[in-house]
Amino acid sequence: MEGYRRRGRDEMKGGGGAYYRAQIGETWVDSADQRSDVQVFRRPDWEMDCRPTTVVPSGEELRGNRGGRSRTAAGGVAHEEVFIWNCVGPPSVLKPLIPPPMKEVSEMPAGGEGDGGKGLQCFPDPGGTAPQMPFFDHILENVLENVLCFLTSRRDRNAASLVCKSWYRAEAQTRIELFIGNCYAVSPSRAVGRFRRVRSLVLKGKPRFADFNLVPLEWGARLTPWLTAMAPAYPCLEQICLKRMTVADDDLFLLACSFPRFRDLSLICCDGFTTAGLAIIAENCRYGIHLSIQGISDRFTTAGLYQFESWFSSTRNLRSLDLIENDVEDDEDEAVDWVSMFPPGNTCLESLVFDCVACPVNFEALASLVARSPFLRRLRVNEHISAGHLCQLMARAPQITDLGTGSFAASGDADDAETALESAFHASKSLSCLSGFRGIAAEYLHIIRPVCAHLTSLNFSYALISPQQLSPVITCCPNLETLWVLDSVGDDGLQMVAASCRKLKKLTVFPLEATEDSEGSVSDVGLIAISAGCRKLRSILYFCQRMTNNAVVTMSQNCQELVVFRLCIMGRHRPDHLTGEPMDEGFGAIVKNCKNLTRLAVSGLLTDVAFAYIGKYGKLLRTLSVAFAGNTDLSLRYLLQGCPRLQKLEIRDCPFGDAGLLSGIDHYYNMRFLWMSSCRLSLNGCEEVARALPRMVVEVIKDMPGIENDSVHKLYMYRSLVGPRNDAPTFVNIL
Amino acid sequence: MSTETAKSSTESEISGLDYEETELKLGLPGSTRATGSEPERKRGFSETVDLKLGGSRAQVVGWPPVRSFRKIALKSCAYVKVAVDGAPYLRKVDLEMYAGYQQLLTALKEMFSCFTICNSPNTNERRLVDPLNGAEYVPTYEDKDGDWMLVGDVPWK
Repeated sequence: MEGYRRRGRDEMKGGGGAYYRAQIGETWVDSADQRSDVQVFRRPDWEMDCRPTTVVPSGEELRGNRGGRSRTAAGGVAHEEVFIWNCVGPPSVLKPLIPPPMKEVSEMPAGGEGDGGKGLQCFPDPGGTAPQMPFFDHILENVLENVLCFLTSRRDRNAASLVCKSWYRAEAQTRIELFIGNCYAVSPSRAVGRFRRVRSLVLKGKPRFADFNLVPLEWGARLTPWLTAMAPAYPCLEQICLKRMTVADDDLFLLACSFPRFRDLSLICCDGFTTAGLAIIAENCRYGIHLSIQGISDRFTTAGLYQFESWFSSTRNLRSLDLIENDVEDDEDEAVDWVSMFPPGNTCLESLVFDCVACPVNFEALASLVARSPFLRRLRVNEHISAGHLCQLMARAPQITDLGTGSFAASGDADDAETALESAFHASKSLSCLSGFRGIAAEYLHIIRPVCAHLTSLNFSYALISPQQLSPVITCCPNLETLWVLDSVGDDGLQMVAASCRKLKKLTVFPLEATEDSEGSVSDVGLIAISAGCRKLRSILYFCQRMTNNAVVTMSQNCQELVVFRLCIMGRHRPDHLTGEPMDEGFGAIVKNCKNLTRLAVSGLLTDVAFAYIGKYGKLLRTLSVAFAGNTDLSLRYLLQGCPRLQKLEIRDCPFGDAGLLSGIDHYYNMRFLWMSSCRLSLNGCEEVARALPRMVVEVIKDMPGIENDSVHKLYMYRSLVGPRNDAPTFVNIL
Repeated sequence: MSTETAKSSTESEISGLDYEETELKLGLPGSTRATGSEPERKRGFSETVDLKLGGSRAQVVGWPPVRSFRKIALKSCAYVKVAVDGAPYLRKVDLEMYAGYQQLLTALKEMFSCFTICNSPNTNERRLVDPLNGAEYVPTYEDKDGDWMLVGDVPWK
C-alpha cells in the first residue's frame, strides 16, 4: 500500500486525546489502529507552530516540513515526520466514507464540496478549531501552505491571498509576520481570526504629524486591545515592533506575561510608559517559561511538557530591547532602576537601545549586564553615560558593531577619559555604526578616527560641529552609507562629505536652530555639492533656509537613484532665493528624473504647477508631505488623480477646500490615510466624503476652541474594515 | 536730545534716559553716529542678540517639522559677538553662562579690561566707563528688527 512506512512510534500519539481517521489508498485507518504495516503519525502540537495536528495524507509520502529533518522522539527512536494537516470541525460532522472520483490537481476547485482528490477524508479532532473544509481543497491547501511558507514579502502574500479562497486560507495559515500599518484599519479580533500563527507583529498607530504636536495626546492608538486579543491567540509571538502607539506599563506587563517566546521588543516614537514598564520587560521575560506552561497546559501531556521546557530553556531571555525616539515619561525621583532587573547569568541580549530614556541608569548594573551579554552587537546608551563610563562598556563588549556613545563628554576627570577612550577606539575592530555624541566637546572628535575606515553609519545629529572640526573625521570615512549631521557643518562641511563619502546612500541634515527665521548654515550650495559627490544617494532629508530651483534640478539629475527626497525650506512660502521664482521647477525635476521616488516632502513657495508635475510624473509615489503650498484645489486634484500608488498624504496649511477633497473620492480606498490640517475644509465637504465612502473613517479633530462649527481644523481619514472606532475621545468627531 | 534717529527716541522713551551727546556706544571702531544712517546700524559685525521681542512672525505649531526632543536636546548656543568702539578685535560671549545683566557686565568688563563699572548718577543703570577719558559705554544690542536696543530693559530670560 502506498503511504507510510513504519518508522517508529510517536510518543505523542493519541496523547492529546485526538481522534482521527484517514484513508490511505483504499484503506481507512484510524488512530487506534494497531496494524503493523501502517502507522499514522501525529506531529506533536507543541512543536514549532503550535498547530493542532490532524489528518494524515494519502498518496505520496510527504516528508517532514521545512526541509524534512528528522526528529528524535522521547523514546529515542528516530523517525521521519509525516506531513500532517489541519483538522476540521466538531465530531458531530462526519463525512461519508465514499472515496470521491479522481481529479487533476490543476483543476482545483475553489471551495467546492466533495470534489477531487483521491482518498482524503478528514475527521474532526475535538480540540481543533478550524472550520470544516471540503477534503480536496484540504490536500491542496496543505500543499499550498508548504509552498507559501517560503513567501516572505507581505505584498506577495497579499497578492497570493487574492487568488481564491483556498489560497486565502493557506496564506493566512502560513503568515508569520504580520504588518498592520494603521491600527484602526482592522480590529484586533479580525486580525487574530484570520492569521493564526503570527510570530512577529509590526503595528503602527498615530499619524506622523503627531510627532510635531499636531495630534492631541489622548487621541488613541492604545496597545491594550491588541494585546488582549493576541495573548490567547499567539502563544508563539516572538517579536513586536510598535510605532506611534500608546503603550502603558500595564501593557508591558501583559506582554511579558503572555508570550513565552517573546524575544524582541522595538518601540519607536511611542509614549505612555515609564522605566517601571521597562523593568517589567527586563525581569519577566526570564520567567516566560513558567507562565507559558500555565497558559496552555491543557494541550500537553507530561511528555510534551518536558519537551517544551527543554526547548524553552535556551530561549528564555530577551534578545532585543530597542527604544527609539520614545517619550519615556518619568519624574526624576520616580524612575525605576530597570537595568538591574535583567536576570543574572549570561543573557541572550543582542541589541539594547535606550538613548531616548531621559533618566540616568544604574551604571554598575549596565556594565555588569554588558559584560554578561556575549551576543551583544548593538548598544546605544543615553546621554547620562559619560565618556569615562563609555570606555568601560566598550572594554566589556569588544564585539559591538553598533554603538551609541551617550554624551561622549567628560564628567570630572577629563584626562583619564580621553586616554582611555582613545585606547578603546583603537582596540575596536568591529564598529560599523556610531551615534550619540550628545554632549560632545570638539576636542574629543578625533578619538573616533581609528574606526572611521570601516564605519558605514555615523550620526552626528546631536553634535555641534563646525566644518573645521568635521574635516579630519569625515575624510577618514570613505565607506559611509548613512550620515546624520547638524547644519552647523555648513555648506563647507557638506562639500567635504561629498568629497569623501562616495558611497553615501542616506543623508540627513538637521537644523541647529529649528525656527523659521534662523540664519541657516546650509543652502543650495551644499545640496549641489552633495549631489555632485554622492551619486548613489537614495534618501535625503535636508533642512535649510535658502534654496534654488537649480540646485534641486541638479540633484535630480545627479542622483537618479533617489527613493526619498525630503526638502524642508524652513521659512514658509520662501521662493528660489536667487531668481525669486516658486520652487515648482525644482520639485518637478525631482519627480521627473528620479524614477524610483516613493517618498517626497515639499516646501518653499509652490504653486499648482508643482503639483501638476507631481501628479504627472510621480507614478511610484507612496508618501507625500505638503505644507504651506499650492494655490487652489487643482493641486489636490492633480495629486489624487495622478498618483496611483499614493498611500499616505499629509497636508497642512494649504488653501485646499472641499472641491479638492472630493476630487479624490475614487482614490481614497487605495490609500492608508489622508491628513489635512489648517486647510479650508468644511464640515459639509467631509460629510459628503463620509457618505460617499462608507468604509472610510472620517475623523474631524477639534482640539482648539474658537473654531467655527462648520470649518474643519484637522481631518484624519483612513480606510477601515471595522468602521468607526469605539475609543475616540470627545474632541474627535467621526462623521 | 540725542543724536540718534527717531528709533532711538523710542529707545529713550522706554529707558527714560537722556543721552549725552558724547555718549559712545559699543560698535565697530570708526563707525559714525550719523543720524538716520539706518544701513549702518545693520553692521555685519555688530552684536546681535536674538531676542524675540514680540517677533515679526508668530511661531507656528509644529513648524519646522523637527521633533521637540531634538530642539531641547541641542542646548541652544547663545554665543553673541561683542564689539567695542576702539577695541581692535571682537569677543564672543556665552549668554547662558550668566544669570543676569550684572554678571554680563562684569564679564564684559573683564574682557575689555580697560573699563570699570560705575553707577550712572541718574538711574540705577550700570555703565562701563573708560577711566582714561571718562567716556561712558552703554551696552546695546541689535534686535531682530534691526533696532539698536539698550541692554537691560528686557528681563534676563
